[in-house]
Amino acid sequence: MAEIVLDKVTKKYGDGFEAVKEADFTIRDGEFFILVGPSGCGKSTLLNMIVGLEDITSGELRVGGKVVNDVDPKDRNMAMVFQSYAIYPHLTVRENMEFPLKLRRMDKAEIDRRVDEAARILELTEHLDRKPGNLSGGQRQRVAMGRAVVREPSAFLMDEPLSNLDAKLRVQMRTAISRIQQRLGTTTVYVTHDQVEAMTLGDRVAVLRRGEVQQVGTPRELYNTPRNLFVAGFIGSPAMNLLPGELDGRNLRLPMVELELPEDVAERLDGRPGRVIAGIRPEDFEDATLVEDRSGGATFTTKVDVLEWLGSELYAHFAVEQGAGELADLAEDLETVELGGDEGAQVVARLDVRSDAREGRDAELWVNARAIHLFDPDDGRALVRHDESIDLRHGDEARSPREVAGAGG
Amino acid sequence: MDHKRAPLNRFLWVLGTIVVVLYALVPVAWLVSLSLKPADELSNGKFLPRSPTLDNYTGAKGVFNDPQFPSALRNSVGIALIATVLAVTLAMFAAYAIVRLDFPGKQFVLGGALAIAMFPPVSIIGPLFNMWRSLRLFDTWPGLIIPYMTFTLPLAIWTLSAFFREIPWDLDKAARVDGATPFQAFRRIIAPLAAPGVFTSAILVFIFAWNDFLFATSLTSTNRARTVPAAIAFFTGSSQFDFPAGQIAAGSVVVTIPIILMVLVFQRRIVAGLTSGAVKG
Repeated sequence: MAEIVLDKVTKKYGDGFEAVKEADFTIRDGEFFILVGPSGCGKSTLLNMIVGLEDITSGELRVGGKVVNDVDPKDRNMAMVFQSYAIYPHLTVRENMEFPLKLRRMDKAEIDRRVDEAARILELTEHLDRKPGNLSGGQRQRVAMGRAVVREPSAFLMDEPLSNLDAKLRVQMRTAISRIQQRLGTTTVYVTHDQVEAMTLGDRVAVLRRGEVQQVGTPRELYNTPRNLFVAGFIGSPAMNLLPGELDGRNLRLPMVELELPEDVAERLDGRPGRVIAGIRPEDFEDATLVEDRSGGATFTTKVDVLEWLGSELYAHFAVEQGAGELADLAEDLETVELGGDEGAQVVARLDVRSDAREGRDAELWVNARAIHLFDPDDGRALVRHDESIDLRHGDEARSPREVAGAGG
Repeated sequence: MDHKRAPLNRFLWVLGTIVVVLYALVPVAWLVSLSLKPADELSNGKFLPRSPTLDNYTGAKGVFNDPQFPSALRNSVGIALIATVLAVTLAMFAAYAIVRLDFPGKQFVLGGALAIAMFPPVSIIGPLFNMWRSLRLFDTWPGLIIPYMTFTLPLAIWTLSAFFREIPWDLDKAARVDGATPFQAFRRIIAPLAAPGVFTSAILVFIFAWNDFLFATSLTSTNRARTVPAAIAFFTGSSQFDFPAGQIAAGSVVVTIPIILMVLVFQRRIVAGLTSGAVKG
């Protein structure tokens, strides 16, 4: 019983700065929930409000049905893993893990049982009597995890727990955390700025930007049907290519090609003409010579500037002229999203490795018209979602929790 | 160049060290020597006593048989210890609040503390003397403990807030989330980590209280509260022509010992870098 409901939760500081604006979503019992966004987007503030380290300015936070706005952090029975680990340097590993249990005056035998168990899971058994100062970064990280696990809390809160580890260890710990969470089935809220972590770990993900929740959904939903330009540009690596486009009936004119949108997509656009921003994921391009059925797309020829071969993947970079000027404002607005420089936009296409495209030569590429995302250039809202018909004005929250649950698994 | 310079370097280092050590220790050694000399050797101008004796310490006229010295020693130890405990305890709470909380007038508190530290004690002695008499604090332990505590608090607050600032705030937060009350977090996590700072300020406060002469002479009149520095000044010989230099030297040696012991005992705690490994890798 640890469903966490955020009901228009807002954090406003004394100087009027709104760190979190009306966060409004539900973290279901047993769910691995991710808060992701660029630095300064309010995700850590939100986490601190859930655990009780920061006051909630307005709105309601309910855990297991009870309003906990004014409950002291010590009484919320949540365990937190800090980015800095925050393990107590003057206590041994065992004492660190015992600390929360001793505060609860737990029975000595039970404390030992839990600590030994956690140490076994986290492979810390032989380090139990050492001080944190003598441990490696990865071991310290596991001590911090252990201190959370022994408590058998109603929720785990993790604030970028892997960001101080080197790349290899991070991947290892990522799977370890995922496994522990599945095994314990404890509701987990996990903060990260790394969209790869968000996509791989999360049952559901909330994307935040400047204190506002942009979209809540499963990684698949965020990837396939981003609700706005920011989510589109933030989720996915390499990022979605964003290009200026001109809409005329069913025709979409892009800098490098003009294509015809599928009928159902065009229908939902309501014949809306004018400027749009088109988003194309790298994998929605293909080497035209390898495409058997070219209907439902368009073919164009472009010079490949850079070719990156990664064994299983092949990325072709090419430039498109025009549009840099009008996209510059947008780029600024989107913070993390790269929209190219003065030369025009750089586009990345993921091609089949069998492609014989060469660096510096022209290549014939095909773009899948069905997979194109369209955004309003003024407010960045998604105009059409190609494989799911969702009411654009309401988005995910408008759907019943059950539906979302089905998608979240 | 370097291999030529190395011996010169070392020579200068050794020389410098010797100068500093001599400068600091010769007067102390002289005092010890003086305290070990029998009365007729006192003014012979020799550094080493010809026939060393403990007469000045335990003899019939030695400091330990002096009517006022043992009680002065007791007063000194008691007053200095109580003042230290009080000042450091109060300073810990004050410094922790200053570092962790954002309250109006925070800068004023810090600035005010600094101003008090710079205030010349001698300027308040007169009023204090009168006040203490009407408050019946004159010639009592609290009569000395209060001014010692007051004048050492600023120093202790500044020292401790520097130490608290070094302790990652995440540790307080972690303790709170782990189920500790704010006081438990302070007592079980923060205070132990600030131990080097606590000992540093405790030593400084203790030394101030132990060495003080001004308050001790002005605010006491009898053995009830007179501390050693004041008591030594009241040593008199058997007649007014007899200057008890030997006993004074012995008394001075005796008062130096607790300070040396205290520093020796605690210096390891002070040096120990306890916070290593608190955060990150």
